[in-house]
Amino acid sequence: MGESSASAIRAPKQAKQAVPEHVVGASEEQIIYANILNISMKLGLAGIISSFLLYVSGVVAPRIPVHEISRFWGMKSHEYMVQTNISGGWSWLGLYGYGDFLNFFPIAFLAGITIVCYLAIIPTLLRKKDTVYAVLAMVEVLVLVAAASGLISTGGH
Amino acid sequence: MRRGLTMSLFALLIFTLLALAAGPVLASTEATTEGAKASGLIWWAWPVILFGITFVMGIFAVLAGVGGGVLFTPIIGGFFPFNMDFVRAAGLLVALSGALAAGPGLLKKGMADLRLAIPIALIASSGAIVGAMIGLALPDNIVQISLGVAILGIVAIMLKAKKSEFPDVPKADNLSTALRISGIYHETSTGQDINWKIHRTPQGLFTFIFIGVMAGMFGLGAGWANVPVLNLMMGAPLKVSVATSKFLLSITDTSAAWIYINQGALIPMIVVPSVIGIMLGSFIGVKLLAKTKPAMIKNIVIILLGFSGIRAILKGFGI
Repeated sequence: MGESSASAIRAPKQAKQAVPEHVVGASEEQIIYANILNISMKLGLAGIISSFLLYVSGVVAPRIPVHEISRFWGMKSHEYMVQTNISGGWSWLGLYGYGDFLNFFPIAFLAGITIVCYLAIIPTLLRKKDTVYAVLAMVEVLVLVAAASGLISTGGH
Repeated sequence: MRRGLTMSLFALLIFTLLALAAGPVLASTEATTEGAKASGLIWWAWPVILFGITFVMGIFAVLAGVGGGVLFTPIIGGFFPFNMDFVRAAGLLVALSGALAAGPGLLKKGMADLRLAIPIALIASSGAIVGAMIGLALPDNIVQISLGVAILGIVAIMLKAKKSEFPDVPKADNLSTALRISGIYHETSTGQDINWKIHRTPQGLFTFIFIGVMAGMFGLGAGWANVPVLNLMMGAPLKVSVATSKFLLSITDTSAAWIYINQGALIPMIVVPSVIGIMLGSFIGVKLLAKTKPAMIKNIVIILLGFSGIRAILKGFGI
């Protein structure tokens, strides 16, 4: 710890005087975000383990047999979809009866948690009249929804 | 010292043996663009090998202080027969899962700062979408060569970058002041409340465009770049930088992961054992952290990454 670090450490009282709008620890919206993230993350991880066990145990039969999957994983994703006759985007929703595609549900859930967390903090930010951050949060939601929607895509190669 | 060296060498030996054991089999199923041969292995051996390697990787990642994604993508991409599309998607989901798991604790303790993260996340996640689209559109050999170069660059950053526990920020810049990005966190080691602010916010935000693009393009996560920028460029304390970086991955990698999922680059047989392996390995790594020499492990990881980077470049050139 050098001179710079020493100068950065101040007594609590001084710190609060310097930045009166802050309290030590997390803000209200940060706690809201953390609580939703905590529950959702645990649900998602439990889901991912459960669906994978159902898949590899054969309890739910896969669309692509497990012993054939190695024929496809060396292909580009675009070619893989063509060869296995799978559509992109959210088409996996209709394939819930297959063990391999059952895994897409908890994975998509994990990938969707952030959107829910952002949506949850927007009302708090608005109530605190933190308009800039409320707008930033809304734009982030739009960006993530656009990515998740499947509307943004590449032509494949 | 001797014990730490023995443990490090033992861990490296396990890691190498796992890679070597998998190597010949993997070579027989080398990725091809025009189609693929079926593996000579019984099908369940693949998730078991992946789980084993990612488990060790998870231990190494914690001990070396790097994210899982930066190890996963070059090593699995370099030594496994999977197409890079699937490897990068899995790498992003590995990094995402780790970030989601760590996020609640970091946010509640006030170590990760939501106010600092929100503007950065917006820029980095937009960049990651662009990066993912570029990565999916490029031919495999170009991605491999670019990944190799990027990994060697990361090795250079890991070797050269200094860290500053409490950077000197004489005056907050106008943008961070307008956005009220500053805070106080309780430093348990000294029992003091640390009052922090940041500077060079416009430069930092601009840099996150490129970090986001690279994260999405290579499926690397981005902790290796987030921390130096937050800490050294923008002046956030090291603990806040590390925690906010980890939390940022949960947002940045989400956007890129969706692009890969929607493009069909998701094979659960690759993703799920990797996610579980890395996470369990990370738990063990945290327990081992007190008993090992992090500097030595970090050197091993740097060597491994160096080999992976060279391997990726060679693979890209068809060597």
